[in-house]
Amino acid sequence: MLEIKKITVRYGENPPVLEDFSLLVRRGEIVAIVGESGSGKTTVIRAVLGNLPGDGRVTKGDILFEGRSLLSLNREEWRRLRGTQISMIFQDSGAMMNPTRSVGAQFVEYIRAHSGLTKNEAREKSLEMLSSVRLPDPERVMKSYPFELSGGMRQRVGIAMALAFRPKLLLADEPTSALDVTTQAQIVRQMTLQKKESDAAMILITHNLALAAYMSDHIIVLKDGKVVDSGSRDHILRRPESGYTKNLLAAVPAVKGARYV
Amino acid sequence: MSEEREKIIRVENVTKEYAVSASRSLIACDNISLPFFRGQTLGIVGESGCGKSTLMRLLLGVERPTSGKIIFRGQNICDLKGEALRRHRQRIQMVFQDPSEAFHPKMKIKEILCEPLLNFRLIRKSEMKAKAAELLTMVELSPDLAERYPHALSGGQRQRIGIARALALEPEVLICDESTSALDVSVQKKIVELLCRLQREKDLTIGFICHDIALVHSCAHTLAVMYLGSVVELLPCGDIEETARHPYTKALLSAVFDLEMDFTKEIDSIESEAPSPLNRPDGCPFRNRCPRQKEICGREKPPLRSVAPDHFAACHLLF
Ligand SMILES: Nc1ncnc2c1ncn2[C@@H]1O[C@H](COP(=O)(O)OP(=O)(O)OP(=O)(O)O)[C@@H](O)[C@H]1O
Ligand SMILES: Nc1ncnc2c1ncn2[C@@H]1O[C@H](COP(=O)(O)OP(=O)(O)OP(=O)(O)O)[C@@H](O)[C@H]1O
Ligand code: SF4
Ligand SMILES: [Mg+2]
Ligand SMILES: [Mg+2]
Repeated sequence: MLEIKKITVRYGENPPVLEDFSLLVRRGEIVAIVGESGSGKTTVIRAVLGNLPGDGRVTKGDILFEGRSLLSLNREEWRRLRGTQISMIFQDSGAMMNPTRSVGAQFVEYIRAHSGLTKNEAREKSLEMLSSVRLPDPERVMKSYPFELSGGMRQRVGIAMALAFRPKLLLADEPTSALDVTTQAQIVRQMTLQKKESDAAMILITHNLALAAYMSDHIIVLKDGKVVDSGSRDHILRRPESGYTKNLLAAVPAVKGARYV
Repeated sequence: MSEEREKIIRVENVTKEYAVSASRSLIACDNISLPFFRGQTLGIVGESGCGKSTLMRLLLGVERPTSGKIIFRGQNICDLKGEALRRHRQRIQMVFQDPSEAFHPKMKIKEILCEPLLNFRLIRKSEMKAKAAELLTMVELSPDLAERYPHALSGGQRQRIGIARALALEPEVLICDESTSALDVSVQKKIVELLCRLQREKDLTIGFICHDIALVHSCAHTLAVMYLGSVVELLPCGDIEETARHPYTKALLSAVFDLEMDFTKEIDSIESEAPSPLNRPDGCPFRNRCPRQKEICGREKPPLRSVAPDHFAACHLLF
């Protein structure tokens, strides 16, 4: 489905933030990327999506989606791919929304931009998606402006949008970090279900190692733009190779765990 | 224990409504009463949208409650205006989820750190460099960072800057609203250790909002669990897995992803939806999702009552 082949990414003339990075995601598979802040996780999925910020660019390597190189696509080809075939859930979907327009107007517009649906059909579809991410009272959410929703509610709107077209590849950057644990558990179920139904593949970025272990088939640990560990759940949790992964595992708080006060 | 500790803030029967249309209003906080003890951390967890951030905005004095009082050092802050309100805001400071949004990208770190001090005329421009170095050292960063711009820092470094800036005015209360959510676990741990150290040194009172119940447990003295605008349980933060009594708190604990969990089992989660704050059910707010509801739950909203020393819960089952 997706193959990242030894890519190097640089912003301007700075040293590379990602070096010789490879990754393979098969149909129906979830690959998790964990690692410290600034290690290049977001950079990986922005490179796949073809929208590195600022003067970021892939200087080496290739990215193949269903056998086709994504690095050579033109704008029109990207437009057709994004949203329907590949879609993305951001860390803070709220910040991506236009603050001056209602959530509903933005959702309907998004759906219509990627499909031939009429306004009413798009509205129906939006409501259906909003209920599927367990937002109470989807009608109110549609009428609200982003600032009138809590952080977690905005995040669920972002997830609903990303799932709207049952994309083949889902790129999720800390999708549930802003959610409470019960909502997180529900969304995780929803995403797993969606994966089973449509056989979608997913790259999941999260700092929650237990979540990564629960959801994914393969875990990659990134540090300073380099892969320090990569393998199955058991491999990473029980037999990590790098000291960094061991440190990460030791730092995971547990409800039965140590307290500082 | 609570008898001796000074209650630095008393939230008393605070309700906050937002008008969503001419005829309808949304109750974000519903008759909340909570104490903050001096020098301790109150952890707050709860469903997204249950009113945690709203309550914190009320404490900061940036919004006013529809009814109820917030007593801080004997004074109802909801009545404060002008200069008195300005002084209040100096005493309660907030650290956000992503402080960089609050940072001006064209300002150097030393300017960001010292801006509140300059605004309140607590230091002179010539003292900026020394003060910035002192604040950076306090949060365990190198004073060299003073000359950098915010985009050139990592997420964890920026979060420390956010804490340093909030502490620059020497507030008595620090509110952290999802301040560690964007950070990886090893950085999270360091930030929490830092907060605990600063708390001991400065007798700081902390309000810690966070979805990670295990992280809250590691650093809070008391845990408040909120649901749909109400506090449903308030308990000492020791052995919460054993002591929690409210069905919602128990549901929260069973939905935690944890390294010791059985990865092949489906994660527990309450399946039905949370009601909308516009359409609150009568009786217990948790009723439609509660596995143990009784007939009385639909009729009467259970009040928060003592179930053990320092432990309160709002559930009919327990009485
Ligand atoms: N527009 C940019 N210009 C220059 N450097 C950048 C830019 N965006 C990111 N970087 C740098 O690239 C590196 C990797 O950043 P990236 O956002 O991929 O990290 P991350 O692993 O997603 O971190 P986090 O967990 O904090 O989101 C960082 O050192 C960052 O400072
Ligand atoms: N300015 C506003 N106007 C109208 N409704 C608002 C406003 N601010 C918040 N609300 C509503 O109040 C409720 C509580 O929101 P709040 O932001 O306090 O939740 P929260 O507990 O902090 O959630 P999260 O964990 O997702 O951040 C939500 O239903 C939200 O939509
Ligand atoms: S009061 Fe009733 S509905 Fe509410 S939590 Fe207790 S048992 Fe459940
Ligand atoms: Mg990132
Ligand atoms: Mg909030």
